[in-house]
Amino acid sequence: MTTPAEALPTQEMLINMGPQHPSTHGVLRVLLRTDGEVVVNAKPDVGYLHRALEKIGERVTYAQFMPFTDRLDYLASMNCNCAWAWAVEKLAGIEVPERAEYIRVIVAELNRISSHLIAFGSFTADMGAFTPFLYSIRERERVNDLFEEICGNRLTYNFARIGGVSADLPQGFLEKTKEFLDYFEPKIPEYNNLISYNKIFLHRLANVAVVTAEEAVAYGLTGPNLRGSGVAFDLRRDEPYSVYPKLEFNVCVGTGERGQVGDCFDRYMVRINEMRESVKILRQAIAQIPEGPVLAKVPRLFKPPAGEVYFRSECPRGETGFYVISDGTVNPYRLKIRTGSFVTMNVFEKVTKGLMIADIVAVIGSFDIILPEIDR
Amino acid sequence: MEALARSLVSAVPAIAGVPLWTVTLLMMVLSAAVLLAFALTFGGLGSYVLRKVAGDIQVRIGPNRVGPYGLLQFLADGAKLLLKEDIIPAKADRFLFILAPYLVFVGSFAAFVVLPFGVGLTASDLNIGVYYVMAVTSLVVVGILMAGWASNNKWALLGGMRAAAQIVSYEIPVGMAIMPAVLIAGSLSLQDIVRSQGGLLGIFGWNLFHNPFTFFSFFLYFTAAQAETNQTPFDIPEAESELVSGYNVEYSGIRYAFFFLAEFGDMFVVAALATACFLGGWHVPFFRAEALPALWGNLLSLAVFLIKAFALVLVMMWVRWTLPRLRVDQLMRMSWKYLVPLTFVNLLGVSLWLLIFKGKGIPALIASLIG
Repeated sequence: MTTPAEALPTQEMLINMGPQHPSTHGVLRVLLRTDGEVVVNAKPDVGYLHRALEKIGERVTYAQFMPFTDRLDYLASMNCNCAWAWAVEKLAGIEVPERAEYIRVIVAELNRISSHLIAFGSFTADMGAFTPFLYSIRERERVNDLFEEICGNRLTYNFARIGGVSADLPQGFLEKTKEFLDYFEPKIPEYNNLISYNKIFLHRLANVAVVTAEEAVAYGLTGPNLRGSGVAFDLRRDEPYSVYPKLEFNVCVGTGERGQVGDCFDRYMVRINEMRESVKILRQAIAQIPEGPVLAKVPRLFKPPAGEVYFRSECPRGETGFYVISDGTVNPYRLKIRTGSFVTMNVFEKVTKGLMIADIVAVIGSFDIILPEIDR
Repeated sequence: MEALARSLVSAVPAIAGVPLWTVTLLMMVLSAAVLLAFALTFGGLGSYVLRKVAGDIQVRIGPNRVGPYGLLQFLADGAKLLLKEDIIPAKADRFLFILAPYLVFVGSFAAFVVLPFGVGLTASDLNIGVYYVMAVTSLVVVGILMAGWASNNKWALLGGMRAAAQIVSYEIPVGMAIMPAVLIAGSLSLQDIVRSQGGLLGIFGWNLFHNPFTFFSFFLYFTAAQAETNQTPFDIPEAESELVSGYNVEYSGIRYAFFFLAEFGDMFVVAALATACFLGGWHVPFFRAEALPALWGNLLSLAVFLIKAFALVLVMMWVRWTLPRLRVDQLMRMSWKYLVPLTFVNLLGVSLWLLIFKGKGIPALIASLIG
């Protein structure tokens, strides 16, 4: 006699999630092997957005590479701009005027807020609540307006320059930023009331896709994903650059508030809390910003001395590092970019084993990956 | 219908010579046409209201281009859907693929037949009304599963399987939650259920306030019915962010419109059933619409019924734009571990109440104490 299980054999299903899928945040392709709704294996397949940015970097001059860094992480162009500028300045030993450094920190933190807003909004939309997404877009609009004032662009800013920034802040910019901060700070508790502690939301996120602290370090996670696992590591504090040592802020870590440390909810909460810290940093920076020039004297035909440098800075999606080798000509000899999202994809296959299909969406959203950063 | 036709034939001399069956058939076709027109209008205007409500909740404007305040947007959308190319995937099961949307639409539309729109406004007051609604709305699950299977698309298949599991599971709590109203009225006919909630107590004659158990079962019914009709937060069969669009992902044009209309039809059926069974149906508080001349009584009761039902539809839309989505296993757990036991306990409570207090509710008991 055959058992019912033998009479009705079941098969594993191979599903192609992406590259066109509403919640893979771009052209990510995930090969899902599922047993019904349960994921047996989820293998990310990256590379659909590869533009050979590193090779391009070898063919253009140092200054010309600046707009390409916009396309590295289009939700946080300012951070990538500044990271490239800092890397090249470290290579060439350029002294940057203090006002320029403050401006860079201000725009970087503003962009961190807007990037985390998108992360928050798209994550809730992935969870089926579409409304918070539009709330986050509403706030992001104000940041975009501010950026439009200082550089004329709303997405790809190309604002930093080697040795400073392209232009001084327009008149009244700092007041407008302060206004925005006063407007934005009370919105964070509003988000928490609206969705963060919603019962359904918590059930979807708590204890899902736990990345332990050891795993996070072993797989090289950085940024909010690392801190979500409870590791208090922030380049702004632990490997200070620019004027960050003069500013006070907390490093937010996952606390296992509603589940285990390192689950999706922790990673989500780290981003919410970091927006608050960014507001704090911005207030201090606005109070401290000195008068002065915003661009150091850098020769038009800029040739850094031969040598190599690795500079990393804290971007919204983790550590963005530039490894530059210079042979003393106008172009870099070799350029290697290290990005947070790409490294994060390593741990994806491990944490998604045994989850449901709906959880895959939660995991992608909680890692807050962005495809141009993965593929470069 | 036949009795009505007979009275009509005897009352109007002009049609005295027409055979009875012709009159009956014509009346059936006419009432079906009226209901269909209502369902389509509700689907169209409902989608407009849904988008406007969404706009309000999401700090944006919503449709405002076509016609005044964007009111004609649904006509434009309808025309667009009619003109779209009808795509049937090459490897789809053609017959089932074509059949599925009709089944889904018929399943939700057929329920309109027994809805008590007014004092005498029911297309057919079946004596098994509630049972009939439960039965025909089950047809939807067959259609959805069929659509998911026939599309030959893995996302659609997953959506279809989810829908089958979900709708079948939630039919039990829905049925159990509506039973108290049946018990109180002592009839399965929806008109009887509505009539049992009249009287001089005003809104306290409603089943909602009959006793604590019925109060509770209204909310149980509303929750379970949301799940049965795949409304957010239980919209996992078409979970856009997970299954792209679920069972209807391969459908386009007018075939898609059928699914869309069925969804709105379901929304209205749920709201109308909740109104009829718990919120006094077409009863006007402290006023006897039955006592009015037939025309005015029907119009007034129709207006009251629609107001109550639309208010519930608005609540559904509000919930839809507020809550995130449950996961499929959590949804099943909610049905089998919470809703099913609760509705059973509730049903038991109502039965005991009716036995102990001889069918009287709290308001009636208080009224008899006072005077």
